[in-house]
Amino acid sequence: MSPRFEVGASVRVRNVSPPGHLRTPFYIRGCQGVVERICGPYRNPEELAYGNRQADRVPLYRVRFAQHHIWPDYCGPEQDTVDVELYEFWLEPTSENAHAA
Amino acid sequence: MPHEPAHPTRPDQDAPLTYYQLLEQAVRELLIEKRLLTAEEIRAAVERMDARSPEQGARVVARAWADPDFRKRLLQNAPAAVAELGIEIGPLQLTVVENTETVHNLVVCTLCSCYPRNLLGLPPDWYKSREYRSRAVREPRKVLEEFGTVLPEEVTVRVHDSTADLRYLVLPRRPEGTAHLDEAALAQRVGRDAMIGITVPD
Repeated sequence: MSPRFEVGASVRVRNVSPPGHLRTPFYIRGCQGVVERICGPYRNPEELAYGNRQADRVPLYRVRFAQHHIWPDYCGPEQDTVDVELYEFWLEPTSENAHAA
Repeated sequence: MPHEPAHPTRPDQDAPLTYYQLLEQAVRELLIEKRLLTAEEIRAAVERMDARSPEQGARVVARAWADPDFRKRLLQNAPAAVAELGIEIGPLQLTVVENTETVHNLVVCTLCSCYPRNLLGLPPDWYKSREYRSRAVREPRKVLEEFGTVLPEEVTVRVHDSTADLRYLVLPRRPEGTAHLDEAALAQRVGRDAMIGITVPD
């Protein structure tokens, strides 16, 4: 499965709360960031958690978020960031990309 | 008459085994009974895990400080680079992030306590605490200050939330005035906390 997003792409984390074992922290859901790195394909941990050793491999990304986007009252300079590892099915393109395409 | 001064004691743990303790014991006994593993192999594996310590990580950092080509390889492909030092890290996707004049890296796992154990041993208690896990992403500069690390405004604080398959090791900046030190002496200057990014070596 080839990765859907390129390094530098603007992405948004899906703001959903499905039941079960999830690997996307609450604080980052709904936030917009930029793909910093494509980490490679890894078996979906949300299925591995239930014993499915044949879980599909899905692209994993490291996405960089501006602290001030995550926390509007963040106490620190503009340039501070958080990198979070996110699986592709948690990400959607932002309208910025749609306009570019 | 008491033969020793009183000291605080830890209560005996006489409560019944929990579900997971029982499960572990049952699986372990089955593995031995079916001759898939011996008790000695299990004991030795636990001993190996207990023996891991931040010294492994410090060796990696010292080599990177002393050898610019190694540093480059370490940043590009950390598992292959540490294998050169005879450090076996298994399947974990080790990723080294470098502190520079303008960037300071800090590692946290907000979901649990993911940590590069093969290089750093067991994580400290504070790393696993809910307080660190929540505050390191929310107000990292304040947390850094509480550990004595005050960074200028113009330095970017880059927090890494270790939520999935990568494990992060911070490559700190080499302290001033260490040009005369050899690799072994350099390694002495690298503490565990600097490799998590909560302090800087001095």
